[in-house]
Amino acid sequence: MNRLRLIFAASTILASAFGAHAADLHVLNWKGYGADEPWAVEAFEKATGNKVINDFFNSEQEMLTKIRTNPGLYDVVMINAAFNDQATAENLIQPIDTSKIANYGDISAEKAQSPMLVKDGKVYGVPWVWGLTALAINDKSFDTPPTSINVMWDVKHKGRVVIRDDAVEAIQFGAIATGQNINDIKDLDTVKAKLTSLMPQIKTFWSAENDFNQLIASNQIDVGTYWSGSADRAKTQFKLPVSLVIPQEGAVAWLDAWSIPVGAKNVAGAEAFINFMIEPSFYTEWVTKVGAPVSANTKAVAALPEDSFNRKVMGDPEVAKRIQFQAPITDAQREAYLKAWQELKVNVK
Amino acid sequence: MAGQRRNEIGRAVPLLAPAYLWLTVAIFLPLSAMIFFSFMTGLPNTGKPWSFTLQNYAAFFQEDIYWRLLLSSLRLAAEVTFWCLIIGFPAAYALAKLLKGRMREAIFLLIILPFWSNGLVRIFSWAMVLREGGLLDTTLNAILPFKISIDLMYSYPAIVIGLVHSYVPYMVLTCYLTLQAIDDSLIEAARSLGASRWQTLRRIIVPLALPGVIAGAALIFVPVVGSFMEPRILGGRTGTFYGTVIEDQFVAVFNWPLGAALSFILLAVVLVVLALASPVLRRATS
Repeated sequence: MNRLRLIFAASTILASAFGAHAADLHVLNWKGYGADEPWAVEAFEKATGNKVINDFFNSEQEMLTKIRTNPGLYDVVMINAAFNDQATAENLIQPIDTSKIANYGDISAEKAQSPMLVKDGKVYGVPWVWGLTALAINDKSFDTPPTSINVMWDVKHKGRVVIRDDAVEAIQFGAIATGQNINDIKDLDTVKAKLTSLMPQIKTFWSAENDFNQLIASNQIDVGTYWSGSADRAKTQFKLPVSLVIPQEGAVAWLDAWSIPVGAKNVAGAEAFINFMIEPSFYTEWVTKVGAPVSANTKAVAALPEDSFNRKVMGDPEVAKRIQFQAPITDAQREAYLKAWQELKVNVK
Repeated sequence: MAGQRRNEIGRAVPLLAPAYLWLTVAIFLPLSAMIFFSFMTGLPNTGKPWSFTLQNYAAFFQEDIYWRLLLSSLRLAAEVTFWCLIIGFPAAYALAKLLKGRMREAIFLLIILPFWSNGLVRIFSWAMVLREGGLLDTTLNAILPFKISIDLMYSYPAIVIGLVHSYVPYMVLTCYLTLQAIDDSLIEAARSLGASRWQTLRRIIVPLALPGVIAGAALIFVPVVGSFMEPRILGGRTGTFYGTVIEDQFVAVFNWPLGAALSFILLAVVLVVLALASPVLRRATS
């Protein structure tokens, strides 16, 4: 067993031996998700002397795979809070010394103290932004925005609907559509039946932000599941006719946080980077130039104009009542969801 | 006699060693590791306990979705191979027998050209052509007097089109090699003895070119059964195949053991298909 582990490690040391300088900072995140903005990278590099090297993933599982198979390569990684438990349990990430992160105190308490991120008094993730997996519509296809999640099932939009190719997201979306708690799905069969009836509506499955934007840009879809920050970005940065809809039935909410992998070579750089990422000045620039989800830093949100979407709509208590935050899920649940989703995709043929 | 043979081997070893050393390191070792993984309950570097199991192979037989996916992948491969043959064989014939000199070189280059571009780029170019309001749709509507709507993107035909485009050069190249080797005087003899063009093709050219056709078919069939990039990008909601499920196991859900087991089952099935086909093929070629 140990020998196997050694083989794994040896193969990855080779990979990491190339181009590893002391001031290099390897960042692992979604592509086009703040950390790789050229203006931000430039400002951070100028301020701290670190050189940012970005790497990307297309799914949370891919992110975990990358940390597992490249120990010591990454210095700072963006992990959805619902996956933090798994990363901690597998000994992939280390406790963070929050005293080194000046802006940590400005993070809203319920997010900073979330049991998903803080274990035995140790902080394994610094909350960065939160947002929703809701619906996004093509403005060209709707005179008035829909209010119900059932617009996805409307035959008027047959063949012009998309959903993300992610078992957990799809099943939790189905849970909301059938009026269930996303973290405690009692009746998986109803969810499956509801999603089965959605399949004939579907044009394709998207996986990364760019897929969705391409489909909107070429006017191939009317409506689909989408992330709130991405919808904002599509509108602000890419000038696409996209609007976010938070259905009356509710939406899935998630919290993204920064963590430091075990064996990171540039921990000081990672701490400086996390501090920079939750800084109000970075956040407001990100929102205005590019579009972003809601910052976990209360001062950063307060720095936004009063009528901005992230302050007005996402901060609305009525919205807060409807949304359900994702909690960690067990391996058994994940397997059951994956099986259900695979069957749905195969049966569509 | 024996001494001479030993001498032959002695001379061959230095020539063979680099290739076999490379194959051992680059193919045999990783493949052995994958066989090993396929019998495990989990990977050792996740920090969880693991043990040996046959469950990954059993999963294939317990759940009918894997069977059904494999059948649809085999059907896809058969269809793609068929279209490659229909398109590739006449082109190879024209190259080998009708064109000469500069012209042949130029056409040859055009056939190999796709190999020089990245596979992903080729697929995304197809996406631009096939979608509603794409190049094909716009061009046809500009020419035709009536309005038609062509939206092949995210469908089964789109996958076949993309795969045929990627693999047809293999068929052209293998057929070209065997067609070129056919002595022109055989064809002339058949014609002068009164065989029609069709008879010449059926009785002389096709049987002699068969080894090339079979080599091409095998080169296409095997990778297409396991293809995942084209179905995923061009297939939309119909794009779930055996290859995409294997890819999911490695990339999306980190179940390498199951992914490895499914891959070896695919390998076994492909070998069985080729073994079943070989007596028929051997009879045809001899």
